[in-house]
Amino acid sequence: MILGILNVDWQTLADALALGAVYALMAVGIGLVFGVLRLVNFAYGQLVMAGAYALAFASQWNWPRWAGILLCFAIVLALSLVMDRLVFRPLRTQSPAVMLVATFAVAFLLQSVALLWFGPLGKIASSLAPLNRPVVISGVDIRKIAIVAVVVAVLCLVAVQLLLARTTVGLQMRAAAMDFRTARMLGVRANRVIGGAVLISGALAAVVAIMLTVQTPLVTPDFALRDTIVVLAGVVLGGLNRLVPATLGGFAIGFASGLLGGALPTTQSQYLPSILFAAVILVLLIRPNGLFTRGRESLERV
Amino acid sequence: MRRPALLAQLAAPCALVVAVALLGTLVSRSSEGYFVDSLVKVAIVVALYVFIGNSGVLSFGHVSFVALGAWTAGVLSVPTAEKPAIMPNLAHFLRGTTVGNVPSLLLAALAGGVFALVVGLALMRLSGLAAGIATFGVLEITHNVLRYYEKIGPGLNTFSSVPETTGLWQASIGALIAIGVAFAYQRSRFGRMLRATREDAPAASAVGISVYRQRLGAFVLSGVLAGLAGGLYVHLLPMNTESLYLDLTFVTLAMLVVGGATSLWGAVVGALAVSALDSFLAQAENGVKVFGGTLDLPAGTRLVVVGVLMALVLILRPAGLTGGREFSLPRWRRP
Repeated sequence: MILGILNVDWQTLADALALGAVYALMAVGIGLVFGVLRLVNFAYGQLVMAGAYALAFASQWNWPRWAGILLCFAIVLALSLVMDRLVFRPLRTQSPAVMLVATFAVAFLLQSVALLWFGPLGKIASSLAPLNRPVVISGVDIRKIAIVAVVVAVLCLVAVQLLLARTTVGLQMRAAAMDFRTARMLGVRANRVIGGAVLISGALAAVVAIMLTVQTPLVTPDFALRDTIVVLAGVVLGGLNRLVPATLGGFAIGFASGLLGGALPTTQSQYLPSILFAAVILVLLIRPNGLFTRGRESLERV
Repeated sequence: MRRPALLAQLAAPCALVVAVALLGTLVSRSSEGYFVDSLVKVAIVVALYVFIGNSGVLSFGHVSFVALGAWTAGVLSVPTAEKPAIMPNLAHFLRGTTVGNVPSLLLAALAGGVFALVVGLALMRLSGLAAGIATFGVLEITHNVLRYYEKIGPGLNTFSSVPETTGLWQASIGALIAIGVAFAYQRSRFGRMLRATREDAPAASAVGISVYRQRLGAFVLSGVLAGLAGGLYVHLLPMNTESLYLDLTFVTLAMLVVGGATSLWGAVVGALAVSALDSFLAQAENGVKVFGGTLDLPAGTRLVVVGVLMALVLILRPAGLTGGREFSLPRWRRP
């Protein structure tokens, strides 16, 4: 009924849910690294882009599907480890602003490298295209990828949650996110915890790359750049200090952007980024610490 | 501080700008453009410095003030006869209005300042990450609106037919004005109060400084300078919304960080150093003769090199090439 008022059909709703799910995964990837390093990884989208290129090349070389997915994971994980070693580690003691600018530089660097190597025209990742076909559920066409994305996202979130709650590394990661220095004093090894967070975050980026290439098979150097900007806004909107609000923020902004994109007529939907970011700014003004966080932290810590 | 030392702090960046302008008169007509461009970049980076350098708050949004300045100066200085061809959907009151070069630049500065005031009134309450993301949001909104709202500009098209008045003269005067204003501001009591909040915000508010007001003042001032620089930019070359978006944000931030964000000297040195490297690489992408051999780089090398440079400086020398200090004359040791 509400859908009728908003002029939204079930298909748009499913797509919006799927986009929200994918953005939630990206939010977890960004949030995990922020938890242990206090670093907002602007270059997260370029990890996704690298994975997407891996898939595109795999389908160009006619590799079987599983090999392409394997290659995607390998490339993204390797790249995130390299990024951690070469950029994050030397910058660990710098202020958050310096680290943000540094990852901004890395993002541009990787994007220009992709432009240099693969050209501006882009490549097609087509091996997973069958997932784009619709299935009919009680008279409604829903694309398979929408269902797959939601299911995969839920599975990944449950897996990350289990890892954080039930394993030693997870416990150490949560401790490090709460107070890194004290955690180290109690015997948590910094490199191990950070490496773990970076690896999980990289694995999530690979999953996101697979989901996104199904929806937009054309892989260009700025693949996932816009998504990263939107997710970053969503993550800050939700509240970066804890993982659950950050994830909710990512989901919310993905869902809202999918829903608005489907519901608005074209003359208005071209202003979608404006509407989205105006809403983000508004929320940040009212709740600078995040929408889904409880209580108030002091704005400036002495 | 002794007077000669103070004078040197202002004279050094100005001398650098004048030297670049003079060098620009010596080279061929085709490479002169690079020199003019680097001087406009100096103006943009100094505008960034006035806020980011003095307040220590990161802003990804300043290119939106540059963009609005460019749009203002551009729309107002395209000859009336050519407006319908480039901007068919222009609002009525803009269609018949065309002003000269200098008024268009002043109006660009005004537009940048007013926009910064409106944005700053709301956003200066934020700090840290929230401020970074919110200013990014401003950039996204500005880019999005300028791209599709054809009543105030060419939309997706390129801004052609703007009189190309920004040569070496206009660009160096613009850069010198920006440097002069930035210097006067940082020596004033407002500049000092803002720098105090940068070093220790709680302590600064404890002695009665309003962090919000000081940040807002610097934000508006840097918006004025950014608008002016945008006006200079649109008079330099035909541009569209894409040339006033992420790439420019990245390059100008890189310049500020590479030079050293906390000093005016750093802003100017960074802008000119990165510009020089960038122009050289741009030449090299078309093939250039160096030391007898021909250097021919593939297109797209520029941003790779600038990105690597920025990352390296951040990792090895986080305070920038100048260490974030103002220029000082070498001291003589008395026996």
